[in-house]
Amino acid sequence: MISAFAHLLERLAFSPQRNAKRAHLAGYFRARPDPERGLALAALTGDLDLRAVTASLLKGLVAERVDAELFALSYDFVGDLAETIALIWPGEGTAREVALADLVAELQETRKADLPARIAARLDQMDPSERYAYLKLATGGLRVGVSARLARQAVADLSGLDLAEIEEIWHGLSPPYSELFAWAEGGAKPVSAARAPFRPVMLATLMDREGLRALAPGEFLAEWKWDGIRVQAVAESGTCRLYSRTGDDISAAFPDVIAAMEFEGAVDGELLVRRGAEVAPFNDLQTRLGRKAVSRKLLDSHPAALRLYDVLIWNGKDQRARPLAERRAVLERFVELLDPNRVDISPLLPFEDWDALAALRADPPEAVIEGVMIKHRASPYLGGRIKGHWFKWKRDPMLVDAVLLYAQRGHGKRSGYYSDFTFGMWDGDQLVPVGKAYFGFTDAELRDLDRFVRNNTVERFGPVRAVAPTRVVEVAFEGLNRSTRHKSGVAMRFPRISRLRDDKPAAEADHLSALLALLPDG
Amino acid sequence: MKRTETPLIPRPEGLYCPEGDFHIDPVRPVARALITHGHADHARAGHGAVLATRQTLDIMALRYGADFAGAWQVAEGVTVIGGVRAQFHPAGHVLGSAQIALHTRGGRITVTGDYTRSPNPACAPWEPVPCDILVTEATFALPVFRHPDPTTEIARLLASLKAFPERAHLVGAYALGKAQRVIMLLREAGYDAPIYIHGALQKLCDYHIAEGVALGDLRPATVARGKKGDFAGAIVLAPPSAFAATWAQRFPDPVICFASGWMMVRARARQRGVELPLVISDHVDWPQLTQTITELDPAETWVTHGREEAILRWCALEGRAARPLRLVGYEDEPE
Ligand SMILES: [Zn+2]
Ligand SMILES: [Zn+2]
Repeated sequence: MISAFAHLLERLAFSPQRNAKRAHLAGYFRARPDPERGLALAALTGDLDLRAVTASLLKGLVAERVDAELFALSYDFVGDLAETIALIWPGEGTAREVALADLVAELQETRKADLPARIAARLDQMDPSERYAYLKLATGGLRVGVSARLARQAVADLSGLDLAEIEEIWHGLSPPYSELFAWAEGGAKPVSAARAPFRPVMLATLMDREGLRALAPGEFLAEWKWDGIRVQAVAESGTCRLYSRTGDDISAAFPDVIAAMEFEGAVDGELLVRRGAEVAPFNDLQTRLGRKAVSRKLLDSHPAALRLYDVLIWNGKDQRARPLAERRAVLERFVELLDPNRVDISPLLPFEDWDALAALRADPPEAVIEGVMIKHRASPYLGGRIKGHWFKWKRDPMLVDAVLLYAQRGHGKRSGYYSDFTFGMWDGDQLVPVGKAYFGFTDAELRDLDRFVRNNTVERFGPVRAVAPTRVVEVAFEGLNRSTRHKSGVAMRFPRISRLRDDKPAAEADHLSALLALLPDG
Repeated sequence: MKRTETPLIPRPEGLYCPEGDFHIDPVRPVARALITHGHADHARAGHGAVLATRQTLDIMALRYGADFAGAWQVAEGVTVIGGVRAQFHPAGHVLGSAQIALHTRGGRITVTGDYTRSPNPACAPWEPVPCDILVTEATFALPVFRHPDPTTEIARLLASLKAFPERAHLVGAYALGKAQRVIMLLREAGYDAPIYIHGALQKLCDYHIAEGVALGDLRPATVARGKKGDFAGAIVLAPPSAFAATWAQRFPDPVICFASGWMMVRARARQRGVELPLVISDHVDWPQLTQTITELDPAETWVTHGREEAILRWCALEGRAARPLRLVGYEDEPE
């Protein structure tokens, strides 16, 4: 029933703790029959294939009922399209129950031309909470704070299955997952239909100088932390696939890498754009991402390559239980046999003690290095973020003090508050915008900033408010690139407001020259 | 209506009436203030003279001490200030809350203050005050705000209490108005167990009781160290600010609830870490606001604070004259 699914989404939305969400999910899976629970699972993991109900279709439906400007103002405040429509849609609903499966089938089968009228009729039947669930389902982006992994974990919880076992066969299963639920409730394990499946990726926990003191340097290996994207390359029985660390198949965008996967196994590494020995900045990689097809020209100008650091499966043998030092030896042997332009190995860093590693970290040889990885020599390859095996020790963020110039209401978690800020730095006696940040602050700081914006607005441009340039904030960021799209000539990476500097008057904020001095090439 | 001059002017310190030389709900100290109700952002200390209802004056004295202003006067019947005749009418918002009707050379003006048309047993119900210029709040002035019947919200709280009898239910509610509203709704629903209240609510709950508002068995939510189990299955009320403090950690695995009109919007509830949002408001929602303008049918509608863009748009669509005053210093959620 859509009402049960709506109720689940509500509980998930308001359970901040992961364990509570997990319990709500398991409770739902236990209580609801097939195929409803399987369709709900598919919706949560992003595997429900519905005809794309677009935002513009929905906006069109609302426009027939609500003034466009009133809707825009409401959307701006609520921050979520489905929620705005659910709340603003006229009427209270008719309290008639509808099966989730019927709604899914209707969305899949209705002719495109008839879809708007069908959706409107459904919205008329439902109450606001059901409308929300239905629209989330129809648009395909649930975003209710549940990862695909957590949803699968809750299935595993039904009878204490191991999550890793489900993840291994997941890519061979399809909605409504009846065989999976049967297995999770004590039945037989489904036979894996997937070729070259994705395996859960091992993740590192954060480390700092202080924490390293407790660790013996001799027990660890260290490598650079590359600023590319983490991938798993799988070549099994003639099928080659490239997966993102969350298991999305990104093979189509990287035919050059796929062609170079002349091995039998599954390996873990970083995807980079590399021209000979020189690794290109992350920007270059970004132009290759998210494409369904790639032009010859782009393949030549932005060649992609793998830089490997681990092996999971080798010639049909699972390596994951072996210690890292042994897996590394396997990897070193087989990388030798591959095209060095496309595949190489992430070198180990020589260090005697943590001071020596700190010195390397402070002065990396390339700009695309964002810190160091520290891995226990004996660590098995474990899916997930398991403490005590792998650590990332990131480069310290860069910091500047800037002045708030503009604000806009946020979306998602921060919706309703002025939380998207444009900040500026001094250039002579002018403040020049240098970037935007919409996180980094605490909830209490957010309410403070929101109040500041509302009480210090000097001008409005649609949803954007210019504020009196009096509030100084410390901005932390991970790197800097030249940019022609920004007035200041530079673009920050991952900028965030790390501190409110209410101790500083605006005149004492930093100058643009201080920022330009941080550019990698001076 | 004869309009010789602008009868009310928005100024940084608040809404100013030049003809009577006074301010309404000023946010900074002024010589003469007319105050609609006791919420801290509307009723501030330090004015030369204050005109307000007896209950609002009492609340200001409770909040700021007996010397909250140089002088004060209880608003009864018509008070003539300068050439302006001022009269206070119930606003239904909180105990003592009032709308202020002004007869000026520029016409009849009704300043609503904060108000609601939903029944609130703590105070006299809102009444329509005919006017040429309606000066209205717009806290919840977006068409997404259609606040549900508060009794269904209280039913959800009681259902949760039943489902989690081992957990304390911590309800965030503002000290003036909302806290007492929640208590009364619980009592109406037949809940007669003791209700525990944070120290910051004590004075105002006592004042309500003294004013004849029955609240039942209230007890202080104080706990000896290491006796967490004491509040299992209990309802504890506290001002929202207490939740950020270590105060909340003394309760056994608490269910964090928050009684506010904002709780309709999921992100708002999540931002505050609320597990059980209770949509209970003491402001007009969108249908009530538009109904009020339609019924009073003023020549002009002026909007004081809140989400003014939407109601201005609605007025434009309806062919009604309206303008924003853009007053600053009023909180969406006064503590
Ligand atoms: Zn108020
Ligand atoms: Zn107010």
